[in-house]
Amino acid sequence: MGSRASTLLREEEIEEIKKETGFSHSQITRLYSRFSSLDKGENGTLSREDFQRIPELAINPLGDRIINAFFPESEDQVNFRGFMRTLAHFRPIEDNEKNKDHTASEPLNSRTNKLLFAFRLYDLDRDDKISRDELLQVLRMMVGVNISDEQLGSIADRTIQEADQNGDSSISFNEFIKVLEKVDVEQKMSIRFLH
Amino acid sequence: MCAFVCVHVCVRLCVCVCVCVCVCVCVCVCVCVCVCVCVCVCVCVCVCVCVCVRVRPLSHAPGLPCHSSYGYRMAGLCTHALLLAACALPCSSLTPPAQVSPPQQQPLSLALNSSDAGLLLDVPVALRVFSVDYHHVQAPFEIVLWIMLASLAKLGFHWSGRVPAVVPESCLLIMVGLMVGGVIYGVRHSAPPTLSADAFFLFLLPPIVLDAGYFLPGRLFFENLGTILWYAVLGTLWNVMGIGLSLYGVCLLAPESLGDVSLLHCLLFGSLIAAVDPVAVLSVFQEIHVNEQLHILVFGESLLNDAVTVVLYKLFESFLRMPTISGVDVLLGGCRVVVVGLGGLCLGLFFGLLAALTSRFTSRAQVIAPLFVFLYSYLSYLTSEMLHLSGIMAIVTCAVTMKQYVEANVSQRSNTSIQYFLKMWSSVSETLIFIFLGVSTIQDVHMWDWPFVCSTLLLCLLWRALGVLLLTAVVNKLRRNAVTFRDQFIIAYGGLRGAICFSLVFLIDDFPKKRLFITTTIVVILFTVFVQGMTIKPLVELLEVKKRKRALPTVSEEIHSRILDHLLAGIEDVVGYWGQHYWKDKFEQFNKKYLRRFLIREERQECSSILRVYEELERREQRGEEETPITQVEHCSQERTLILESRPHSRPLLPEEMDSIRRILSRNLHNFNNKQTPAYSRHTLHQESSTDRVRKPLHRRQSLAESSSYPSSAQHGPQGERLELSGSQRKRTGLSRSHTVCSTSPRPGPLDSPDPEPAGQPQREGQGPAAGGDPSPAPPQTPSEHQEPLRRPPKKQLSFAFENEKQA
Repeated sequence: MGSRASTLLREEEIEEIKKETGFSHSQITRLYSRFSSLDKGENGTLSREDFQRIPELAINPLGDRIINAFFPESEDQVNFRGFMRTLAHFRPIEDNEKNKDHTASEPLNSRTNKLLFAFRLYDLDRDDKISRDELLQVLRMMVGVNISDEQLGSIADRTIQEADQNGDSSISFNEFIKVLEKVDVEQKMSIRFLH
Repeated sequence: MCAFVCVHVCVRLCVCVCVCVCVCVCVCVCVCVCVCVCVCVCVCVCVCVCVCVRVRPLSHAPGLPCHSSYGYRMAGLCTHALLLAACALPCSSLTPPAQVSPPQQQPLSLALNSSDAGLLLDVPVALRVFSVDYHHVQAPFEIVLWIMLASLAKLGFHWSGRVPAVVPESCLLIMVGLMVGGVIYGVRHSAPPTLSADAFFLFLLPPIVLDAGYFLPGRLFFENLGTILWYAVLGTLWNVMGIGLSLYGVCLLAPESLGDVSLLHCLLFGSLIAAVDPVAVLSVFQEIHVNEQLHILVFGESLLNDAVTVVLYKLFESFLRMPTISGVDVLLGGCRVVVVGLGGLCLGLFFGLLAALTSRFTSRAQVIAPLFVFLYSYLSYLTSEMLHLSGIMAIVTCAVTMKQYVEANVSQRSNTSIQYFLKMWSSVSETLIFIFLGVSTIQDVHMWDWPFVCSTLLLCLLWRALGVLLLTAVVNKLRRNAVTFRDQFIIAYGGLRGAICFSLVFLIDDFPKKRLFITTTIVVILFTVFVQGMTIKPLVELLEVKKRKRALPTVSEEIHSRILDHLLAGIEDVVGYWGQHYWKDKFEQFNKKYLRRFLIREERQECSSILRVYEELERREQRGEEETPITQVEHCSQERTLILESRPHSRPLLPEEMDSIRRILSRNLHNFNNKQTPAYSRHTLHQESSTDRVRKPLHRRQSLAESSSYPSSAQHGPQGERLELSGSQRKRTGLSRSHTVCSTSPRPGPLDSPDPEPAGQPQREGQGPAAGGDPSPAPPQTPSEHQEPLRRPPKKQLSFAFENEKQA
């Protein structure tokens, strides 16, 4: 599939993706071959079933949500551009990017955008707030089935209490940023994409 | 001088009594066995000082101005020093280092064989009313005295004002050791007892390494494992070769004094001097609080380079004994590094899993549960020493492996015991090691040679700096989080040498320049510990190295970290990249599916880390931690406002709550003297598991949704309960050896607060029934009953409080 894959990806497309996401040429080609290997239908786009075929993703508690994150609003197919756009969030922040001027639009892998990605994992209904129920759902997925609802509820309450500053019993994006300010998000949310 | 000391000293009652007892016994022993006069004189002087010291009660007048109390403490320290010397004098004068056994046999034969005409010493003709048989207890007595000396020195150190802030503990202990050694040498004109390599490797080193391994931050360690191994293996090899070869070059340049030092000798010396010592690193880095990544890099390196050091040392030693060396031998040496390291690892894993499995069955004999932790770890160390594998790696692996399972299996009290004992033993060990380092410095065997010593010092620093620079340049390309230049400087500068090199140098086969090696080793150790140890703290401040963040973990952070882990693992799966998260995820799944099921008790298996953090925070809040950050203080609940600690109040009490509280208080104050706390005997410990279930729900749980009737935010968890007042629990995450006695930083000492606690006890126990017996503002209590089986900490005082209420 290798040679066929590279011919399907035109040079100008690679350049555009490079500009948009910041990946290098070799990284883009390598990720394209991964994209093609996932794309069983060979129609240039991935559907949800293609993702669900990845075995480890199926047992990941956040599997569904991660898959959802790849698909833009109410669409069922994602092309290579969209695939790369999502993956660009996980590119490590390089030193020369840290000092970029702030007038340029923020790159996809800036800290804020990384945090926004994580925020959207919780916030399924996209109302820019993590409500108690959404938090409870996530907690239930992660903590397992042997914890009572009461205890889970109090953990959720405590989480909201730690973060909430304006007292609306939900976590907004700014409060989310504040809670994670001590966590080294740039490092935690980065994958080393092999060159 | 005596008068000054008498008048101005202010010593604590118990310490004074202990020391008096020590000295008096020593005096008796001296007098009866008739040692040299000067010893008696010295001891008598010290006894006079001791007797003249006016013993003040614990709480002297608060109106004393500060400078006089400082003077008291300094004088107290001087007195301590004098008394310590007095302790050391008689015991050491009675025991020349290499003749422990013969004197013991002689008096025994004397006692048994009074008709022996050969050696007719003091044969008693009448019945002695009072007799002293020192030789009977000689060995344990001396050991205890040395440990006492070490501990008193440590105590004195922490009481000596602002000294701990400037000088690290290790330096002071070495100085005390030097003093004691000097005194002993001055009295006996022969070398004081030295630290034997066996005693060091078999008894003094394991507790320290076990403590380090048990409290190793696992996640950080494994994230940085590649870098740590890189530094440990390659860095040590680089240092050994570099120092060895360049020292050989120095020896070639000065053939008249150093001509008989061969290349192999230099390499051997290089192998023992190049290794960074975990004991020294721990004791210095504990006090400088650099960021965790830096700490784990230096510390992990010092732990893991043991494998390389051991192999190289033994390799060069065996090369020295062999007539010829071929290339095959060198290759075999390389293989041995792998075998030693991996062998130690596997042994540690094996014993760790065994310990975890054993701890699963300790529910009926909880008192000895901590013992298994120590026994298995020590066994792993001894086994690997027996097989000439790396003992340090074995014991560290054992500790890391068994920790999570043991903590889940064993009761809260046993957990606390394990942690406390580990801290205590490692503290004693470390203190003893440093004191013996000081004592052993005073000897007859020194041989000084300026070029060799100075060049060794310089080369050690130089090669380490070069090594760190080069290695970091390579490894930064592979790391996500680069090691900055400042961090690199601290890594290079923090390469302290310690007692391991010291013991290893004594084990070398004798050759003409061995004494030179010993001297050089001592000089290097003293230099690194004193100069580098003392200056590293100001340098950290100067260079503005990132420090450790002193914040409590929050549940949000834990949840978000876990989510990020899962997210990253998922993304790695999508990309098809088997990175760190992938392997971590795989291990977690394996752990959950097989290991946890096998090694953890049934009822404790499903305990996720989020739940643990949450419970820990709840416990902390109820005990009223001083270190709680401000965000948690603001939302305090109703019951906490009644507690004696100074915390800002949240909302005023409702009148019916006030009434019930008043009732409980008046009732319980009458019962204060009843002393119904169950007697603590080792046969009744298992009752705590049954009291768990008998306990009625005491807390009220209000979720945020229902909090609309109250202006304050939700109460969380069993606020009304007052957990056991063991002060040790509150120090759990901040537990470090130098902080257990008294904190070195100017923080309010946590040990002072147990005093007001018993006074606050009746009030706190009043909270329990207040919360439980008050149904009116309470939401349904039945759901909270479900949590009782999940709550782990024992709560004896609460059942007592309930009995109280029932009786009244």
